[in-house]
Amino acid sequence: MTDATRYRILLALLGFLVALLFVLSLTVGPAAIAFGDSIKALFSGKADAIALIMREIRLPRALLGLMIGATLGLSGAALQGYLRNPLAEPGLIGVSASASLGAVLAIYSGLTIVFPLALPLSALVSAMIAVIVVQALAGRRGSTLTIILAGVAVSSLAGAMTSLALNLSPNPFAALEIMFWMLGSLTDRSMTHVWLAAPFMLAGWVLLLMLGRALDALTLGTDTAASMGIDIRHVQQFAVLGTAVSVGAATAVAGAIGFVGLVVPHLLRPLVGGKPSRLLPASALGGAAVVLAADILVRLIAPGRDLKLGVLTAIVGAPFFLFLVYRERRRLA
Amino acid sequence: MSLLAVSNLSVSLGRRHVLSDVSFSVGEGEFVGLIGPNGAGKSTLLRAALGLVGSQGRITIAGHEAATLDVLERAVGIAYVAQEHQIAWPIPVEAIVALGRTPHRPRFAALSSRDHTAIEQAMRRMEVDAFRDRAAADLSGGEKARVLIARALAQETPLLLADEPTAGLDPSHQITLMRLFADLAKQGRSVIASLHDLGLAARWCSRLILLNQGRIIADGAPDAVLTAESLGRIYGVEAYFGMAAGRAVIQPLDLIQPPTQDQPEEDHDRT
Repeated sequence: MTDATRYRILLALLGFLVALLFVLSLTVGPAAIAFGDSIKALFSGKADAIALIMREIRLPRALLGLMIGATLGLSGAALQGYLRNPLAEPGLIGVSASASLGAVLAIYSGLTIVFPLALPLSALVSAMIAVIVVQALAGRRGSTLTIILAGVAVSSLAGAMTSLALNLSPNPFAALEIMFWMLGSLTDRSMTHVWLAAPFMLAGWVLLLMLGRALDALTLGTDTAASMGIDIRHVQQFAVLGTAVSVGAATAVAGAIGFVGLVVPHLLRPLVGGKPSRLLPASALGGAAVVLAADILVRLIAPGRDLKLGVLTAIVGAPFFLFLVYRERRRLA
Repeated sequence: MSLLAVSNLSVSLGRRHVLSDVSFSVGEGEFVGLIGPNGAGKSTLLRAALGLVGSQGRITIAGHEAATLDVLERAVGIAYVAQEHQIAWPIPVEAIVALGRTPHRPRFAALSSRDHTAIEQAMRRMEVDAFRDRAAADLSGGEKARVLIARALAQETPLLLADEPTAGLDPSHQITLMRLFADLAKQGRSVIASLHDLGLAARWCSRLILLNQGRIIADGAPDAVLTAESLGRIYGVEAYFGMAAGRAVIQPLDLIQPPTQDQPEEDHDRT
């Protein structure tokens, strides 16, 4: 079996897994609807309760799980490739923290009560401001180190401002709402959220998927990549902007969901033969599968308690990350 | 035709003048050895010629102003082997060598038969085809160096710039490499390699450029550039000069004087 065949089989398997989890996600929920009924209702033109639950509650939830997972997996793989660092993750360039800050400010100021979409919109604007600041700090010949440092600075500032908002929150309910939102969840999202996030995510995906060849060349360092005809400045802009718009949109509709963008590329890298270009689509599918699975699990583990998706990914992801660090250390020793 | 010409090239990194007023031109069929003490500006000269560091002066690549060429057009004219052996991911050797075809391929295209021929030939020339399926990151230093040179050969450019390509190679592979570069020159392609091994430089290069403190001190045939006087003045060493099998032999023997403050012992080539 050739290398390319093995890769195609892997993509097909991951695609099948995602499709399976997507359908499964549609059929899990507090309303006890039989599997066959739920799928039938989705395609029926009727406006009964089952169809309404499927179309307005479960479909957007499953779609967002798919889109957000793909975004996190893809951007994680792209950033690891661009920074040539297996420990890079989408939050590194400050987008997640800034999007969170935007959302928190919308809740804090009470804008969300007047206009519910103020939350994701404010988060998106905030993510865009972050990326402009990071790009400006990195400059024209921005080295990867400058990008990381600028991202850390922006993240810290956004984190501090978020704490300030919590600190000064007008009442305990606002503080609680902020806290819950920051945990990251797909509960009670509507198709409006899907339509709001989709264009940004698609734009980000296109930018990141264009990077494949450049990321392969970057394996040998920036100088060698440049000598092979790769425009390093374009790569930087595509990587940062692609991550910012897609992860910004993901955070805007679901809050921060950690560890997916870090762990999924890590897991899949050995299976695709190490090449960053191959890791991009594989990691997008892998991310979608992980988030869909996690979102099914939160509904199964604690139905009625609203266990947050971001809490679950962190609880499972962090020990797994420790294991990865441990294995990496043994390999390097 | 001149493959690479620089005139009045100057480079400053921070407040330090690394290169001052450097001019030379390399035509077809030359194997140029770039020699000089640590910190002389050899690496910077190669990187400036590739447009990797900002410089003042004029650079032309195959007759075209370098400033008017985009990165892809440069990549078709010049290949480069960096001094550091960076391989970030555990990618098989063959895939690394295939990266050399990047400037010749449309973005999402598969490798053409022409690409495959170039990759196979490059792997054979550097004797890395025996471990083509191994992850390049796990190879020994010398094996990695050969894989990265094979990568540059697969780029099939008229001119190849190599920064200390013999570092880390055993004597047999050092000679294989120098012989290969000399053969490329015979076929009309050209190589500029920075070298610290003056013996190899004297034996194999058709021309040497001696750099010291950012300036060209001498440029010409090896026996004209490497003299007892220049070795003493620039490197502060005395050397044995001889002939063997019809070729020059140079072996540095001892310091003429202890190194002064101006000639630090540690490697500062890239500063």
